[in-house]
Parts: sequence; C-alpha cells; structure tokens
Amino acid sequence: MKNIKLLAILFLSTLVFTSCEDDHDDHDHGSDEELITTVVYTLTDGTNAVVIEWEDLDGDTGNAPTITSGTLSANTSYTGSIQLLNRTESPAEDITLEVNAEADEHEFFYTSTVSGLNITKTDTDGNGNPLGVTTSLSTGNSGTGSLTVVLKHEPTKPNNGTSTDAGGSTDIEVTFNISIQ
Amino acid sequence: MRKLFIFCALCMAVHHANAQDCNYSFNGKITDFHDNSLIVDASIHIMNLNKFTTSNVAGEFAFSNLCEGTLTLEIKHVACETQRFVINLTKDTYKEISLEHHLEELKEVVVKTNTKTAVTSIEKSLKKEVITNFTDKSLGDALNTLSGVSSLNTGNSIVKPMIHGLHSSRLLIINNSVRMFDQEWGDEHAPNIDINASDRIDVIKGANSLRYGSDAIGGLILIRPKKYAIKDSLFGSTTTSINSNGNGGNVTSEIIKTFNSGYYTKLQANYKKFGDFKAPDYYLINTGLENINTSFRAGFNSYQKGFDAFYSFVNNKIGILRSSHIGNVNDLVEAINNKEPRIVEDFSYDINFPRQNIFHHLAKVEAFKRFKNFGKLNLQLDAQLNRRKEFDLRRGNLRDRPVIDLQLFTASIQPNLEINKFDNLKMNTGFLVRYQNNDAIVNTGANTLIPDYNKYEVGTYAIVALDMNETSTFSAGIRYDYSKIKARKWYVESDWTALNYDVLFPEFDTGIIDGLELLTRPEFSFNNFSTNLGYSKRFGEDYSFLFNYGLAQRMPNPSELFSGGLHHSAARIEIGFLTINKETANKFILSLEKKNENIGFSISPYYKQIDGFIQLIPTGIKTTIRGAFPVWEYHQVQARIFGVDVDINKKLASHFKYKGSLSVLQGDDLTNENPLIHMPSANFSNSIMYSNNDFHQLKIGVHQKTVLQQNRFPDYNFTTLNPVTQQQVFVDISATPPSYTLFNFSSSAVFNPFKKGSMEVGFTIDNLFNVSYRENLNRLRYFADDLGRNYNLKIKINY
Repeated sequence: MKNIKLLAILFLSTLVFTSCEDDHDDHDHGSDEELITTVVYTLTDGTNAVVIEWEDLDGDTGNAPTITSGTLSANTSYTGSIQLLNRTESPAEDITLEVNAEADEHEFFYTSTVSGLNITKTDTDGNGNPLGVTTSLSTGNSGTGSLTVVLKHEPTKPNNGTSTDAGGSTDIEVTFNISIQ
Repeated sequence: MRKLFIFCALCMAVHHANAQDCNYSFNGKITDFHDNSLIVDASIHIMNLNKFTTSNVAGEFAFSNLCEGTLTLEIKHVACETQRFVINLTKDTYKEISLEHHLEELKEVVVKTNTKTAVTSIEKSLKKEVITNFTDKSLGDALNTLSGVSSLNTGNSIVKPMIHGLHSSRLLIINNSVRMFDQEWGDEHAPNIDINASDRIDVIKGANSLRYGSDAIGGLILIRPKKYAIKDSLFGSTTTSINSNGNGGNVTSEIIKTFNSGYYTKLQANYKKFGDFKAPDYYLINTGLENINTSFRAGFNSYQKGFDAFYSFVNNKIGILRSSHIGNVNDLVEAINNKEPRIVEDFSYDINFPRQNIFHHLAKVEAFKRFKNFGKLNLQLDAQLNRRKEFDLRRGNLRDRPVIDLQLFTASIQPNLEINKFDNLKMNTGFLVRYQNNDAIVNTGANTLIPDYNKYEVGTYAIVALDMNETSTFSAGIRYDYSKIKARKWYVESDWTALNYDVLFPEFDTGIIDGLELLTRPEFSFNNFSTNLGYSKRFGEDYSFLFNYGLAQRMPNPSELFSGGLHHSAARIEIGFLTINKETANKFILSLEKKNENIGFSISPYYKQIDGFIQLIPTGIKTTIRGAFPVWEYHQVQARIFGVDVDINKKLASHFKYKGSLSVLQGDDLTNENPLIHMPSANFSNSIMYSNNDFHQLKIGVHQKTVLQQNRFPDYNFTTLNPVTQQQVFVDISATPPSYTLFNFSSSAVFNPFKKGSMEVGFTIDNLFNVSYRENLNRLRYFADDLGRNYNLKIKINY
C-alpha cells in the first residue's frame, strides 16, 4: 500500500506540473512556415516588362486572391521568369530558390487558350530535363484568353510536356487573364 | 510479512508448549464476508494439532479439550478462499470467521458462456485464441470479425473500429480500464493499442457503459487483461508470425510470474515490421510499418484488497500510400480515373512520405479494498501521453519536419464504490476528475489544425442492477458530466469576421494581431446527462432476451470545433465551427439469444436517433494557389441509424461446426433527407470449421466474407474547371466500389515437443483467390486496390 501512496503522489505532482505550464508565448505561431502566397510571372521584351501576379496572402481560407492580368504586344518575343514568394514574411521569402535546389523533383507547365501564344522552357534540371523557371514566350496576333501555370512536385520526368502526363502532386495551379494587343 | 508472523507465532507455540492446561474450548461461527450469511460445511483444521471439524447448518463449529497455546487454523470451503490464521488460546474462545465466497473472481477467468461485463449488456467478445490470430494486425482488424462492427481504414494499417456505423469520438475504447485519449477525433487516427497485450476484448453495443463515460453514442470497446491464479508459477509465451504479403511479421513475447502471496508481475513486448504491401496487381508503395510496443504489469490480488499497476508504451511508424499524396482536386480526378496508383515501383522496406510516427504512453495504478458486509472500493489513477507526428512530402529544410505535431496529455482520477451487500441488488457509484492538455508543437512550419487547449472534466454516476427473480435482471444508471475546454487559436482575421465570430464571440478576441492573424481564446463548457436502462430475461434451457435503452450526449471534439485548413491526403479544406453544439443520442437495442453448442443464435435489432449529429460533408469549392479544392464543413443534422446483427452457430457433424453472421444497417440524414455518408453496407460471413481435439487439437477452417456494394450514399459529386484543359470536369467522389467476396483458409495444431509447455502452429491464407477489390470505408479507395493474397505462418510456444 505504501507503493500506491508513492505512485499517487508522483502522479498528482505530474498533473500539477503539467497543468502549470500551459501558458504559451502568444507569438509562437507561423514561424518559418512554408507558405506560397504569391506567383509572379515577369515577361520582358528587352525594353518593357510585363508583370502578372497571383496573390493570396491569407492562405487557403480567408479572402479571395488578387489576380493581376497582363497585356502583351502582338507578334513579340518575351523572356519569362517565374517567382514564388511568401509575402507574409518580411522580407518576402523566395521559394523559387528551393524549387531550383530540388530541380529534379519539380517542373512547371504553361498552357494558354490564346491562339498563337507559345511558351518554351529554357532551363533544365541536373538530369537535362526541362524545369520551367525561365521561359521564352512568343505572341501571335491580338486576342484574349487565359494562361495557366502549374508546378508539379515529384512529377514523372521526362514526360510528354503536359502536366497530366507528369502526374505528381500539384503545388501551384494558377490562371491569369491575358490580352494580346 | 505473513510468513514472518506465522514464524513468530510458531516460536511462541513452542515456547508455550510446556504450559499445559487442556480444558479450553474454541467455538465459532463461519459467515460470508459479503452478507453475513451462514456458511455450512466449511472444514476447520487446527493444523498444529491435526484436529478437524466442520461447520453445522447454523454455521457453527466447536473444539473442546484444547490446551493453552497457539492454534494455527485453516478454514476451507468449496466456494471460498481458504483462510489461514493463528490464534493464541488462553481462555475459552468464541470467534466469528468471515470467508470470502467469490473465489472465482480471483481465479483465471474460466471460459463460461456468461462472463459478460454486466448481465443486461448486449455485447460480443473476442477471446485470446482469436486475438492471437491477429497478432500482426490491428485492433480494428480483429474487431471487424464481429457482427455489427466494421472499420474505417486509411490503407490497410490504419484501422479505426466502427460500431453500427459510428466511430472516432463516438466510441469509447477502454484499455486496461483506462479510457484511451489518443487524438481519436481524426479519420486517419487509429487507436494506439497493442492487441498482443490484451487477453479479451469486449464490444458493448448496448448502453451498459455509464461507468466509463456519457458519450458512448456508438458503443464501447473494453480491452481486458488477464486475471492470474494465486499460486507460485512462472510462465510465458512467444508468438512469431511471418507473412508473404508485406514480407514481414511480428514477434511477441510475454512472461508472467505469480506468487502464492497474491503478487504477480508481467512483462510483454512486441516488435512488428512490414515492407510495402501488395494488391493483386501491384505493390502499394510506402505502405510499410514498424511498431515497437511494450507493457509491464505488477500487482497484488487477494480477496480483500489488491492493486494493479500497468504501464504500456506503443510506438507506431506507419507509411501511407505514396500515391495518396495529391495536390488539388484535378490530381484527385486523375487518381479516380486511373485504374492504378500513380506510383508503382518495386517492393521496399522504406517508409518515406507520407507517414505517421506515434508514441503513446499509458500508465495506471488501481487499488481496491473490500469491506465486510458492504462492498468494494476502488481507486484508479491514470495518465496518458500521446505524441503524433505526421510527415508529408515537402521541400528543402522542411523535408524532415512533421506537418502535424501534436502532444496530448490526459490524466484522471476515478474512485468507484460497488455495494454488494444485498443478494439481489448491486450498486456502482463513483466520480471522475480529468485534465487534458493539447500542445500543438510549433516549428512544424505549417498551420496547426488543432490548437492548444486545456480541458477539464468532472463526472459522477450511479448504476443499479437488480435481480428481480431467478431469471430476470433489471439495471438502470444515470451519469452527469461537466466539461470545460479553453483553447488558444490564431484565426485569419478575415475568416473570423466572415464566420460572424466577431459578433457571436467578441469575448474570445484578445485583440492581439500578428500580420493577418488574430489571437483568440475560445472557451466552452458543456453539461452532459446520460442514462441507461437494461433488462435481461432467461427462459427455457438456454434462451435469453435482452433490452437496452441509452441516452448519451457528446460534446464536440476539437476538430469539429476548430479545424480550418487543407487536409492533404483527402485533398479538401476542412472547416469546423465554434457554433457546433453537443450531440444527443437515444439508442434502443434488443437481443434474442440462444446459447447452445449444437445450434445457437443471436438476433439484435437496434435503432438510434441522434440529434445534432455532427458530420463532415462537402459544401463548395475554394480556389487556392494550389488550384481548386472542395470545402468540407462540419454540419449538425438530425440522424437516424437502424439495423440488425445476426449470428448463428451450428454443429454439423461430430467434428464440424458452422458459424455465420449478417449485419444490415441504414443511416439517414433526416434534415436533408439524404443517406448518411460513410455507412457500412450490408455484409455477411460464413465459416465451416473442422476440429479434432484427439489429434493435436487440429483445426481447419474455411471462411467467406461478402461485403455488398453500398447503394445508399449521399451524392456529393461536383464539377470543376480544369484550367489546363479548359474543360469542366466531373468529380465523382461519392460512387461506391462494387461488392466483393473474400475467402480465407485457416489451420492450426498443437504439439508437445518439450517436457513442459506446448507449441501451437498455425497456417492461414487471407484473400485465398487473390481478388482485387476496393472497400467503401477505406479512405484510400480512390487511389489503389486493397490487399491481395497473403500466406501467414504462426508459431506460438507456451512455456
């Protein structure tokens, strides 16, 4: 019976001990969270830059995203570069660096409904397969439509160039409105 | 201590042996410890004089012409515990001696037909032999063999038991008399129990569960340890099991030492390892698992008092099908449309992402004392610590960090008083004080799904069982619980306002804002009442009729209140609400049973009406940076579940037996006039077993189980735009997989190759015909087939 008393005391003291330590620091959340809030696609024709942007600062729930559309010139060649940011951090964290570091496990896919608009990936991963952080884009005649950017994590590489064939899991899937003038 | 006392007494006897005065008498009366009734025909033996007598019809006995000195007495009765004690005779002496009349409680549980938790309870049990067959499987797999019990699975290793279509927080799992708290709210959180540490598992479908809680809306699962006989003994067993599917197995060992004095200790340990399991056509990549479990038990058992200390440690590392990690709803559509999982590779023991790492510590100390002519007082203290880490596919330095890391600590104190002084009336009353703390470990680099909280609970109950006559028993109970939960959660400020919480719960707002997030301190308290009534009547040789009614109330669990975010493996956003209130269930269950070796059956129809039934259902689509996701919200509806469980056993010929069972169930959401989601479909099983006790206790059996397609399901299908193809895509998340039938073969025999002990060898084949199938209640049914054929060899050595 003596043992039981001892065990009971031990038990109760643990109880008291743990219940005392429940007050957390109120600023302990969200540190170094891997959140992608923003996709920025920058297109330059040598002189002018067009920046299209998809941003959702408050995550999966909360307010609707803000989407900046872009206007491109007809029959022009652009150099494109995509950037993934976490703008809840200050300064904003550049997630593109991590994608580059694990290039063999990632691939961007670009599709557009605008006729005559062509996008080619200009960079490769360590195995010589396309990555798609940098691109070249050429426009045809004027028109409007959408441009969709998909980032796949762990896709099948190489693939036939479509995100469907690549499989993997989708980390980014955003759509912009594009008009060609 | 007692030995020392006897030794001293004997010394004194020797010392006094010379003082001869031999005219004393020693008379007495033998009574029952419980109710003071007289005990007739007890033998009274003065051991040091070798004199005998027995008690007469008045319970009295007499010795005369005794010399002054010490008498060492031994009092025996067939149904009682033998008592030995010493008296010092210096004059004529009269002594009343109480014997304990319930020896069977001290012995190993004798396998009888009537060893139920309560006479009026409607329950089904798994015995040790069956549990041993599931040595390398989970609790849920073993329970799945009982009628009315199914399971909600995530793959084949995460198996949540389900009683009459209800699971998670609606089931109480009592492990060694401790209620398990292991974040049981999640669909993919299986109970952290090592099935090898248990001796018997009872599933109580009816209402006899008030002692353990007021919220057993689905039912109760009782995992019971063994009672050891009071004798000097050392024994144990080792079971080794190897499997072709998963190229793995399990080794479990236990060793038990019992003492004449009533003390006992037990040490048990278990190691399990599997690699990738295999569906008939492909390996299920990343479905391996590794478990290490150990338990230690020590105690003292006598009739009047005893204690039991138990500690168990469970460490599960479980891989989850790699192909089930998907990005958004278009990935889900791909998975549904593809016949094969997207990742099919060769077999491997590697456990990568996604995976769960879980630790569960459970400690308990329990002590009891019986009081003469009154009852038994029991005090239990228990504590549990559950740490759950879930790892997902991530980038960079977050790769090795869990997405979910939660630590749940629970401690409780539970005294119980059983009053059994009356012959036909038994009462149990007691109370409960419980503290729980959930710590959402920071540093996961992800939003916490379940916030930090403290929960306090107090409860009290009283249960009465009355034997109305020889054949009928009535039981009734009431219970009241008060619980308070104090949480601390960061809400995205726009969510807080969008949900109207700024108007409904301004008192929770702390005013602390960090970026876009607002710190809140939600606080809720609940008063839960529950009652139950039970009636049982035996008639004829072996028939019995039982009726149970129960009222149960359950407070919403943390995920129903606080969830708010993306759930990867389900590709959906799950949202709980602070406005969710408690659930109230009225349950009725009847059972007609015939217990007979030659032909027996049980038929149990049941009906449950649940007000404020909390269910997670799809309500819309949300566009995120990852693409579109369906939004699933917790909603409360009026629900109704009814069905029937049937079991039949029949002796076919001298060595052949038949067993069959059938479960049919219907669940309805009465508010929306829809079937309830995730309800088990009708299923039935048949087994034929050959057994020959004269030839190595040989047993051979063939078992069939058929699960019919669930045709009653709510249609939550939707369409979504695939921006890549610019097409509207139909997302069929509701359709259920077709019916399937599985056959199993089992055989076992016992050999005696050693001087002492025995060896049991078992060989079984699961999914004999290697059937490809998908189960509606498996959350990974969109991604891959269930398990293919498995050959299993088990060797159990008893020593």
